Amino acid sequence: MSEARLSAANAAKLAKLPDRRSGRTARFFKRILHSRNVLAGAVVLGAVILLVALAEQISPYEPTQQFRRQRLQPPNAEFLLGTDNLGRDILTRILYGGRVSLQVGIVSVAIGATLGTLLGLIAGYIGGWSDILIMRFIDMMLAFPGILLALVIIAVLGRNLQNVMIAVGLSSIPVYTRVLRGSALSVKQFDFIVAAQALGASSWRVMARHVLPNTLAPIIVVATNGVAGAIIAGAALSFLGLGQQPPDPEWGLMLNEGRAYIRVAAWVTTYPGLAIMLTVLSINLLGDGLRDILDPRLKL
Amino acid sequence: MNKYLAGRLLQTVPTVFLVTVAVFLMLHLTPGDPAEVFLGDKRSSPELLEKVREDMGLNRPLHVQYLSYMGNALRGDLGRSLQTNVPVMEQILNRLPWTIELAAAALLIAAVFGISLGIIAALNHNTVIDTLAMALALVGISMPVYWSSLLLILLFAVQLRVLPAIGQGGVERLILPATALALVSAGSLARMVRSSMLEALNQEFVLTARAKGISERRVVIRHVLRNALIPVVTILGLMLGNMLSGAVITETIFARLGIGQKYVEAVLQKDFTMVQGTTLFIALMYVFVNIVVDIVYAFIDPRIRYV
Repeated sequence: MSEARLSAANAAKLAKLPDRRSGRTARFFKRILHSRNVLAGAVVLGAVILLVALAEQISPYEPTQQFRRQRLQPPNAEFLLGTDNLGRDILTRILYGGRVSLQVGIVSVAIGATLGTLLGLIAGYIGGWSDILIMRFIDMMLAFPGILLALVIIAVLGRNLQNVMIAVGLSSIPVYTRVLRGSALSVKQFDFIVAAQALGASSWRVMARHVLPNTLAPIIVVATNGVAGAIIAGAALSFLGLGQQPPDPEWGLMLNEGRAYIRVAAWVTTYPGLAIMLTVLSINLLGDGLRDILDPRLKL
Repeated sequence: MNKYLAGRLLQTVPTVFLVTVAVFLMLHLTPGDPAEVFLGDKRSSPELLEKVREDMGLNRPLHVQYLSYMGNALRGDLGRSLQTNVPVMEQILNRLPWTIELAAAALLIAAVFGISLGIIAALNHNTVIDTLAMALALVGISMPVYWSSLLLILLFAVQLRVLPAIGQGGVERLILPATALALVSAGSLARMVRSSMLEALNQEFVLTARAKGISERRVVIRHVLRNALIPVVTILGLMLGNMLSGAVITETIFARLGIGQKYVEAVLQKDFTMVQGTTLFIALMYVFVNIVVDIVYAFIDPRIRYV
């Protein structure tokens, strides 16, 4: 989340989009194949998604199934990553819990990116009073630093997993709005926009058909890193007891449950933690690589 | 300068106003009857609800309620905790020093490690050292604070037994939580310092300085660093805000009785006045920190002018 917040400070720099040339699709894919960051990130992330999706096929256990006589077992042949204090298989819980974490990441970014993009487009393209109102609103949101905004939203809406996604999504709006506003302001100057306006296209049409497609590069970069931030924030809320509720698995919740046994059974916390870190690291690598290709001037 | 200051302060007015309105409206945006929220989990009868409405002034028009809430807040009265009946302001002020201690220590650690790592990477641009430093920074950024906290406890408190795992008071109880809180910021700081340094190294005045025959050491310290570190001041200010909110998690893990730990407790217990008061306090503190940072920034770099 801190990353996402800091990148807001770079919104101004985003306004300077790299110029576009023809034949870029082919070159784009060529560059992706040559980018070590993108490849490494994509391979690890792909593996994570595959494992999580095939949880039923990989694990013979249920995520909430308790083996009462096998509590806090260290990793062994039967339980590859050991068991927790209730005798549940940790690997199984990591696989099923990953679905929740990935879902939180994607859904919250979808919420934040959609609303943030819309507000940014209006503020940047239409300008005037809508710009002033929207940006003052965004300033207000930015006054609640880091995870605080999400906590406030949870405090208002109540604590459960659905509200975590809403809270994390809503609190990421400012990043997208600032990026989009900057891009829209610069795209607005181009002749093809003036041409579309001269032909009588409505503001909405110009925004959707002409401005938005030309601001996609920074959105993709910010949204990719945003998924990593949302996974971290979502797991943080579940860690604090405000998201996923027991007995269902989730990475942050697992870390919290294992915390009490860290002296006797470190594996209960280390493996879910590793899962979060590996996933976030791979998404960040992917995001860094995409940024280098799509928008080299963007510094996050 | 005065014009810049006035402009900057003026820009803050709508933000502060909107923040207070948002925090005030929290109660009314919560699903259900505000009086029931105040009663919490206690059983409510229609008579009791009416009494609460009357006592809390919930029957008055919204803008009157807002003005009375703000009037009290300006006098330092944020109401009483629904759980403990202790004034909210008193609890905040009791716990604030622990959080400030933690955030300041974390900021110091992040600045020392982040800036050094960034400088080392930039001076060794495109070498193995650069790659390693940036890999380290990426790992730092990808470590959620709850995970790095637990790792530090595991390593230094459980395995090596050199530092206490929980509690507050004394440097030895500050090192682990502050380091955990600092890691993410150190990582992103290192990346920013690096790119900022690389940009400065490419400037013509650096070429001029070198052409004058000044030693490379002097070029870096006098000409590159001075320019490259200016944006870092702003970033450090933003980071302080993130540390105040990151303290929510670190304080919970390390059982430090700071504002963050209280905040989570209040959200979990549905202690509404506590949540409301603390939110207002932290948000206004953050806005204030940002103003100070902007002013300091303008002093350090005379080129900055308010737009």
